[in-house]
Amino acid sequence: MPDVDIDLLERMYTTARTIRRFEERAVEQYRVGNIRGYLHLYLGEEAIAVGAIAGLEPDDYIVSTHRGHGHALAKGHEPGPMMAELFGRATGYCGGRGGSMHVASGALRNLGANGIVAAGVPIAVGAAMAVRQRGGREVVVDFCSDGSSANGVWHEALNMASIWDLPVVFVLENNQFAVSTPISASARVARLSERAAAYGMPGITVDGNDAVAVHEAMREPIRRARAGEGPTLVECMTYRHGGHHVNDPGLYLPPDELQRWKAHDPVDVLRARLLASGVPAGRIAEIDASVEATIEEAVRFAEASPQPSVEDFLAEVSAL
Amino acid sequence: MSRIKYRQALRDALREEMLRDERVFCIGEGIGERGGSYKVTDGLIGEFGPGRVIDTPLSEAGFVGLGVGAAIAGSRPVVELLFIDFLLLAMDQVVNQAAKYRFMSGGQGHVPLVIRTQGGAGNSLAAQHSQSLEAMFVQVPGLKVVMPSTPADAKGLLKAAIRDDDPVVFIEHKLLYMTEGDVPDEESVVPLGVADVKRPGDDVTLVAWSHMLTKCLTAAEELAAEGISVEVVDPRTLVPLDIATIVASVRRTGRLVVAQEAPRRGGVAGEIAAEVSERAWDALRGPVVRVAGRNTPIPFNLALEQASIPQIADIVATVRGVVGARTPVA
Repeated sequence: MPDVDIDLLERMYTTARTIRRFEERAVEQYRVGNIRGYLHLYLGEEAIAVGAIAGLEPDDYIVSTHRGHGHALAKGHEPGPMMAELFGRATGYCGGRGGSMHVASGALRNLGANGIVAAGVPIAVGAAMAVRQRGGREVVVDFCSDGSSANGVWHEALNMASIWDLPVVFVLENNQFAVSTPISASARVARLSERAAAYGMPGITVDGNDAVAVHEAMREPIRRARAGEGPTLVECMTYRHGGHHVNDPGLYLPPDELQRWKAHDPVDVLRARLLASGVPAGRIAEIDASVEATIEEAVRFAEASPQPSVEDFLAEVSAL
Repeated sequence: MSRIKYRQALRDALREEMLRDERVFCIGEGIGERGGSYKVTDGLIGEFGPGRVIDTPLSEAGFVGLGVGAAIAGSRPVVELLFIDFLLLAMDQVVNQAAKYRFMSGGQGHVPLVIRTQGGAGNSLAAQHSQSLEAMFVQVPGLKVVMPSTPADAKGLLKAAIRDDDPVVFIEHKLLYMTEGDVPDEESVVPLGVADVKRPGDDVTLVAWSHMLTKCLTAAEELAAEGISVEVVDPRTLVPLDIATIVASVRRTGRLVVAQEAPRRGGVAGEIAAEVSERAWDALRGPVVRVAGRNTPIPFNLALEQASIPQIADIVATVRGVVGARTPVA
């Protein structure tokens, strides 16, 4: 087991636990009608966002996906305005204009979740080009998926990032299903990271349910990108704990396979690492209680937040 | 004033904006050493280097998306699409990404991106290299659509588009690149959303843009010889559309003909006709009439190609009909 700083481990656990409880509470709020539309859950995949972002600097960029709550929370979004955006309230990150699929923050350098699979990949490459143009040292982490790697624009974007040595790391979250289609039915390669060879970039596959493993695996790709040596494809193996979105029961997930992955739950893995590192159970309980209070406050904040003003909206769109 | 070609005016605009703002860069297929298919970027790579004049693989969706991302992250990219027909490969990035980003993010971000491309028929390039697709982009809230007809407008509008904070689809016409016109020597930025009366007149208002505008000016000249005074109005930008200038003209003339190269069905000409009908019904002395392309893919054969889009004679005949003039006896 790699030697990990206890503070970092606690931070990663806190973030993973925050993402987990944020989404579990969001599902409750969805069921009572406070959240409408689509809600694509990251339950079971939390370690990837936590591990991939832990090694970034605040000015580094991320590009997120439709399954993006975890990316945003790990990048520093506050749970209150996040929940408010899911509620469609005026205090949300996008003033209720975006919702779950379009959470973004200019200040936190989250270039945005996206309702179109693979569309964020060239956008990430473009952000990296902007960094290159101004001589900056920021890195762009592009979260993409097994589903997106089947899209033509994914190929175009990885190829361009590679030929121009752009500072981007492609974090491919392989949750093994594109909506309901298993990866075995949509790819011949054993590992999607093998595709990196086609672009002349390094490709690695890592246990995406182990935040520490993801964090370690990201070190060299981030260094490489920052040094101007080009992009890397990091495939993180994981598994959804449910269907494609909140209203999809995911009956196509083979029960034994799902159980196997649930037994390797990313939050539990981090907790076990904390215990193994000598952090007392009482300290972990304190973190859990603190997360619980934070998320409760986020739900209350969202509930108490005003609806966006229709008058403001109409004034805003008259210019479009 | 200097008399220069449309393509030179575009090149001057790019060069001046790249000198003025180091965030501006050009990217597209064959724009570097080759200088672009219509030589608009000729020589720019020598002056600004391959870091700011970037040749791409044939990855339209990819490099338009790259432009979107670069714009969000602080650059001012000018992305060139060889043909507007190829922009269809990148529609997700244009429609779902660039157009919506400012809105969806609650105004936290914006996309100062220019997509330079060219369309239109006239060189026997057949159905996939000759289209007039502006209506598709006009239909998408969040995009601006610019279609210059003269070298001066091409230069001034391109400079305005590059300085604009939102995505602009800048559509040139392949038959205009070699046309000449007077362009101011001093800095001249033409604001988006301001129409230009290209020829004053009293009997009928004739609205057209891009290459169709040049045909309308010739038609107006012919009609003047018959005693019909045509006011030719060039909206120059379809979004934002300066409907006020068009309506003011119609209030004086009482008649409106709108000419477009694009197919008649679902086009911008119909949109302008509706706007004017709603706003100036009381001033209209007859129905608004469109002269437009046939509802057909553009044919390869020259005679068929010409038959598929309005010619000067079609415009002349339509205007005559609208003003109630009899066809002169030959």
